[in-house]
Formats: sequence, C-alpha cells, structure tokens
Amino acid sequence: MDKKMDRQALVAFLNEKMDAQAEVFEDNTEGSIKVSRLKLVETMQELRENPQYKFDVLMNLSSVDYPENFTVIYHLFSIEHKHYLTVKVEITKENPCWVPSVSSVWKAAQVHEREVFDLMGILFNDHPDLRRILLPEDFAGHPLRKDFTQQAD
Amino acid sequence: MNDIRTQEMNLNFGPQHPSTHGVYRGVFTMEGEYITKCVNHIGYLHRGIEKMAESRTYTQFIPYNGRLDYVSGMLNEEAYVRTVEKLMGISDQVPERAEYIRVIMAELQRIASHLVFYSSMALDMAGFTPWTYGFRERDTILDLFEMAAGSRMMPNYMRFGGVAADLNEEFMPALRKLLDIMPKCMEEYHGILTGNEIFQARTKGVASLSREKALNYGISGPSARASGIDYDLRRDEPYGIYDRFKFNVPVRQTGDTFDRYIVRMDEMAESVKILEQAYRELPEGPVLAKVPKIIKPPAGEVYHRIEHSKGHLGFHIVSDGTAKPYRLRICSPCFVNVAVFEEMAVGLHLQDAVVAFASLDIVLGEIDR
Repeated sequence: MDKKMDRQALVAFLNEKMDAQAEVFEDNTEGSIKVSRLKLVETMQELRENPQYKFDVLMNLSSVDYPENFTVIYHLFSIEHKHYLTVKVEITKENPCWVPSVSSVWKAAQVHEREVFDLMGILFNDHPDLRRILLPEDFAGHPLRKDFTQQAD
Repeated sequence: MNDIRTQEMNLNFGPQHPSTHGVYRGVFTMEGEYITKCVNHIGYLHRGIEKMAESRTYTQFIPYNGRLDYVSGMLNEEAYVRTVEKLMGISDQVPERAEYIRVIMAELQRIASHLVFYSSMALDMAGFTPWTYGFRERDTILDLFEMAAGSRMMPNYMRFGGVAADLNEEFMPALRKLLDIMPKCMEEYHGILTGNEIFQARTKGVASLSREKALNYGISGPSARASGIDYDLRRDEPYGIYDRFKFNVPVRQTGDTFDRYIVRMDEMAESVKILEQAYRELPEGPVLAKVPKIIKPPAGEVYHRIEHSKGHLGFHIVSDGTAKPYRLRICSPCFVNVAVFEEMAVGLHLQDAVVAFASLDIVLGEIDR
C-alpha cells in the first residue's frame, strides 16, 4: 500500500483534460485527491480507461460524517500497475445530499453505494437500484450519522 | 424440453439455508428448473459493528473482529491490528517472534477456513463423508488456537505491537503433529471428493466467471484467482514478514465452480509449506512491543488490507486523535463477492446454484457486520 503515485501530476492532468476541479488533499497518513461531484463520473471513467492509470478495481467505498460536511471516499487499485489512489468527494450537509453513482464505471459500486445510502443517508444519482441493503425497508434514520445515537450508551 | 409449458414462479433460497453459513435469502425467479433472475437479500445478521466501534477504544474493539467472519477470527483480528499499527506508525516495532506467531496463526486459520469451505461445499452436494473429514483437521487447528489464545473461534489474540501471550510448551509439538499428518489428509480430501465423477460433472463448466467480470465486481481472493487474476497480497505486497517465505500462488483460468474449489485446495497445501518454514525459523524473544496503554493514533486516516482466507479484507479508519476511532469502515471480501451471485445464478439449475453459491465461500457475519 506504499506505492504512491505523483498526485500533483495526476491532478494537473485531470484538470486540464476534463476540468475535474481536482486538488491534492493531505490527510496526514495517506495523500488523496479531491474531485468535484459534478465531474466525478467522467473522472472515474478516465482513471479506469487511461492506460497510464488503469484503475480497474474499486476496492472500497466509504463515507464519513464530519462536522462540516459529508465525505464519500473511493479507494482505487490497479492490478496492472499495482498502484493505489484515494479519491474524495465532499458534499455539504444539504437535504437531500447526493453524489453521482459510479456503478456504471465499476459494478462493485452498486452494493457499496446501497450500503452508504442505507447507513449514512447519501443519495447516489443514477444508481440502478437504490434500496436499503442491511436494514429493513421501514427503518427510520441513518445509523452511521453522528446525530444518530445508540440506545445502549 | 422447450415444448413443455411451465409457469414462472418465485422461489425463496433461504433464509437460513445451511449452505449460506448464516442467514442469506436469494429470491429466484424460476422457469422450470432454470433460474432466470436472482435477487440477493442480506442484512439479517446486521449488528451495527461499525457504529459500535465509534463508542469503544481501539483496544476494546479487537474482540469484535473475531465475530465478523466467525470461521476465521484470527485473520480478521490481524487485518484490524495491522491497520491501527500503520495509523500509529508502529508497524516496524512488532518483535520478530510475534511476527512469526502471527504468520503461524494466520496460515492455520486459512487452512481451517478452507476446510470449512471444503466440508460445506461437499455437504451442499449431499456428500456427508467429506464433511466429517474436513472438520476433523479443523478441530485439531482449533485445539491449537485454544492452547495459544484460550478460545477456539473468537481468539482475541492479536494486540497492537504483537500478540497477547507467548505460545505454551504444548503448542509447537502439537503443531508438528498437525504438519506431519496434513499431506496425508490432503490426499484423503482429494481422494474422496476431487476425483469423484459426480462432483466433476456438477462443478466443471458450471457458473463460470470471466476475468473481466470478476474485476468489474471487485472480486478478490481465491474466487478471483480462479478467474485468472494472479494477485495475492502476501506475495505482491508483503505485509509483516511474508517476503521471507517461499510459496506459490495457485491461479486457474476458467473461473468455474471447480476452479474456485481447486484453488482453495491448492492454497491449503501452500499454507502448509509456509507453516513448515515458520516452524523451523521461529525465533526466541518477546512477543509484544512497548506500546502505550491507551492507544491514541494521530489525527488522519488510513486504508489497509490483508489477504484474508476469503479475499482482501480492508479497514478504513479515520482518527481524530482521541482514544476512539472517529469512523471505522470494514471492507469485507464476502460483502463484495456475494454481489456477483445475482448475475452468476442466472441460467443455472437450482441444484447447481446451491453449489455455485458454496463455491464463493462467503460468511454472512462478515457481509452484514
């Protein structure tokens, strides 16, 4: 997991090629890049198709409820080049909050996005089948949000 | 067959079907004997472990990991402990001996997990005898875990900076005994199942998964290697001391049910090879590094994954500098792998779907978390 790629160059490339509004993001332990949600699908498509990057696996899709915003985090991996990339999308806590679905790029995203929708309450536009996945259909609220408190504690 | 008129019907596969290692429900749309559509239903076991992690300290969360994939608890713990060590920046402080013990535990657990796979897959084809064979050696491995950790299935043995306790004097002789009988046992497993004509007819060419589809779905582990994805984190991105061991990574090309089976069988033999080397080279010394009593990783985040018996198990931890994780995400291989079954089941006979499902080797405790 230590193979770091030149994130500055990648960001410059993405901004020039498709105006991805990308920037390098330093989160202490691992560098990542931040992309505007409006350009997310195109950017991901490019990262997957471009032979120089070829991120053919979406390893993980995660979400974090920060005090100031929601962040959706994509962990990408390339089998061929054996390199990693973390892509982040920040969204304000508007209602409803949404990001575009990347399930057209990797099918793996379908279940991950359903889980984030279920537990964090973030909508994924253009997802083919956005339903709750772990909790019952009639469950109220989204447990992984910080304002959802556990009964036992 | 086409002139026989049949009516479309829905069939519930589960929940609590014995082949699903827990509670999974697949709703099959059947056209006669064939499945035309499959919808996965999971979540019956959801315990909210990710949420619980946010109200427990890093150390308190270790035992929860054994309860995720409850047939390979050691590997789950290892993945979590290594992620936190990376976040703390203390990965290189783990003593030699502890690293070797971790390898021994991980590979024993891999064999035990694959034996559950072997046994339950045979059982899904109504083969009861192979089931007893597989569980025999698995029990011996659980005995070893009991000697080391005091517990058979939920070990709670890994610690930040090492392992909880040193091996007692019974352990190494017992391990030696197991390693001596394993080659003979492997022969038995193959003899009773692999060469069986019925077994071959029901697995070869059934439910093939292409390399491209496997990548697209993010499949990992033995199921991916059966589809020609030649990738094993132990060899390609060695964590701990895996770069010191010589072993092969079994890869197959067609990705059918038989290949998924045989890759796991071959992996067991490779794990025995690793164990032989670890047995010979195990050094003396401490088993726990000097780490702070209260773990407070610096603010930041990390994603780390290891080669679990079922695929790539990753932990994404966000720390805000306090003693409790701000957010802990478990990316489990089973959760990802089971998704492909919706597509895999289409066109199969009902009976073949049961075996194809078993060949994915999932555990629901890890899917639902």
